Amino acid sequence: MNADTTFYLMLLVFLGLVVLCVKPLGSYMADVMEGRPNFAVRIGGRFEGLLYRLCGIDPAGQMGWKHYAIALLLFNVLGALIVYALQRAQLWLPLNPQKFAAVSPDSSFNTAVSFITNTNWQGYSGESTMGYLVQMAGLAVQNFMSAATGIVVAIALVRGFARHTVSTIGNFWVDITRSTLYILLPLSVVFALVLVSQGVIQNFDGYKDVTTLERVSYQNPKTDAAGNPIKDAAGNAVTEAASTQTQTLPMGPIASQESIKELGTNGGGFLNANSAHPYENPSPLTNLLEMLAILAIPFALTYTFGRMVGDTRQGWVILAAMLVLLVPMIVLAFQIEQHGNPLIARQGIDQLASATQSGGNMEGKETRFGIAASSLFAAVTTATSCGAVNSMHDSMMPLGGFVPLFLIELGELAPGGVGTGLYSVLMFAILGVFIAGLMIGRTPEYIGKKIEALEMKLASVFILTTPFVVLIGTAVAVSVAAGKIAVANPGAHGFSEILYAFSSAANNNGSAFGGISANTVFYNVALGLAMFIARFWPIVAALAIAGSLAAKKRVPVSDGTMPTHGPLFVALLVGSVLLIGVLTYVPALALGPVVEHFALAAVK
Amino acid sequence: MFTRTLRPALSLLLVMTVLTGLAYPLLITGIARVAFPQQAAGSLVIQHGKAVGSQLIGQSFSDPKYFWSRPSATTPQPYNGVASTGSNLGPLNPALIDGVKAQAKALHDADPANTQPIPVELVTASASGLDPEISPAAARYQAARVARVRGLPTGRVEALIASHTQGRLLGLFGEPRINVLELNLALDGLH
Repeated sequence: MNADTTFYLMLLVFLGLVVLCVKPLGSYMADVMEGRPNFAVRIGGRFEGLLYRLCGIDPAGQMGWKHYAIALLLFNVLGALIVYALQRAQLWLPLNPQKFAAVSPDSSFNTAVSFITNTNWQGYSGESTMGYLVQMAGLAVQNFMSAATGIVVAIALVRGFARHTVSTIGNFWVDITRSTLYILLPLSVVFALVLVSQGVIQNFDGYKDVTTLERVSYQNPKTDAAGNPIKDAAGNAVTEAASTQTQTLPMGPIASQESIKELGTNGGGFLNANSAHPYENPSPLTNLLEMLAILAIPFALTYTFGRMVGDTRQGWVILAAMLVLLVPMIVLAFQIEQHGNPLIARQGIDQLASATQSGGNMEGKETRFGIAASSLFAAVTTATSCGAVNSMHDSMMPLGGFVPLFLIELGELAPGGVGTGLYSVLMFAILGVFIAGLMIGRTPEYIGKKIEALEMKLASVFILTTPFVVLIGTAVAVSVAAGKIAVANPGAHGFSEILYAFSSAANNNGSAFGGISANTVFYNVALGLAMFIARFWPIVAALAIAGSLAAKKRVPVSDGTMPTHGPLFVALLVGSVLLIGVLTYVPALALGPVVEHFALAAVK
Repeated sequence: MFTRTLRPALSLLLVMTVLTGLAYPLLITGIARVAFPQQAAGSLVIQHGKAVGSQLIGQSFSDPKYFWSRPSATTPQPYNGVASTGSNLGPLNPALIDGVKAQAKALHDADPANTQPIPVELVTASASGLDPEISPAAARYQAARVARVRGLPTGRVEALIASHTQGRLLGLFGEPRINVLELNLALDGLH
């Protein structure tokens, strides 16, 4: 088989596996979130009840959208405070065998916001910054809580469609508890054990020294008494010859964190290289399972939606639209990366795919994943809000790197993050029926609810907040010295690094064109604000829509109702997403990947 | 509304921290230690009672008698276990092409007679900087050099490569590959 055939077969099998999970997982989640007693609730019910008593929660109490939103914001902000405090105090806390010092205030702020917003942007390098307790009790807890937050907002919005003439959209405490207890935690336990069996590490040991086969000689930068690098008159670092035969291996409870990192579409790596690190993602099998874990819940929630509104076709239609957006992007990334880098080919290097090598643009990619599994992962992680990476997006070809960047900018809704994907795509569904309503001159309806001025205003706020934050943030960063100095690559690519950083932060993705040195006060603060605003502003808008829809009467289906369960609606939905995404970002993208693509052809 | 929301928010957060931040990782660690002790501890390779590396973490080789791993962008030394990273060099960055040229020259200098085109992985840095593997093409490219330096028949080295090659999962997922540390240990073990 040639590389193309293998890739397309692999893609087909992979998407088949994803779709197979949709109905069982989707109906399970509907059961759990609707409080229908199933086997899991029977097992966990006692514990769940105990938990409510302990926390003073009345599980029968229903909340209006404002109460729901306040509870959500408070719960998340308190979470951020804990993550911040743990980082600042880690030197005095247990389970820090490497004695890592307190993380700086600006980096702690950035990381705290990053993890509560499901972004998991990482300005720090995990293996040399964070002790095990911070990773577990700070970061991993927010991996669960931010994913659960996404699920509950999606469910609350779905209830807005499913309920009628009521003033409530659910109980935030019950929703967050149930989505953690019955969905995220059991899946994480199983997946973590599978990962350990395949080589992902899980221990509390200190880092281990091994004696390597060969002694390594290298140039070590000299530092002064304060630990700052010494530079010569020309500004270059002064180095001295050094050698070592010791390799230090990082340790830690990685598997337990890795599993929720993917299942919750969080993406924050325990180690700097993230899912490219062999201790996080050691084999093609773990890579396959990690990609499945990223997509499982977001895709299955479309079925949950269909079930809860009483018409599963409505869910399948959304799933179809997601695939229409996703698949071409996967194929584009693969084709571009497999074609390789012409500048490297000129050096007499063999980039052709064969039975014995993957070939293609292998800079920043791992041998075990090659081009196919790296391109697929890059698309999967940015079509969701995951942001874990198994290759370095910064080293992709200009149009290869365009794929993750553009998928992020489309708003991560094909299928999007856990919960965030569903509620984002429903906003575009509202926009879509509104546009269609304008064309045929009727009041738009969706799932039996009239879409009126209030919903449209809120949906517009939802849809426009993120691009606003991305474009303003990028514009500020390219205008100030603190923004420009962080760039690693020259030319258009450097602009792409900044654009990617703000796109990733504001869409709560977390992946990066990683060359950018973002652990500075400017970027920690700017990106922290971007993540916070673009996470919670849209969430409040979505909950307000949920409240408004729940209060409405159900409109019976009539001859004038536009059907939203067929191919026409798929086209309408895809069209709305592309319309907004392209109109918003084409100018910025033209200055980044597009210019770089043409510059590549011009290199002598 | 704020105060009646504060108590459940704070207490639920603490309960969830204990559950997902302590109980859950401890449970996984406990089971892993019993069921998969070797994997959980880092898949260490032990020789004569001494840890010489991990099956999963690559090492730097520059001696012509060994198969070389891929270039590594970790600092200050390549294959630094506590500083995983890629180069993050963009496709047009002149530093990328300079690196490719330097690595190609090092490979040529170690084996001037070899005029085959160099497989791309041998001149490009991996994503983690710790890639433990190379492709069969990259191993075969180096086979003649290793055989010559060690005074072994090329066929013997190629047979060793073949026996260390892992294929794709189900013929579809991932890429064919060879663990460099294991291959080099096997070479050292030949008599």
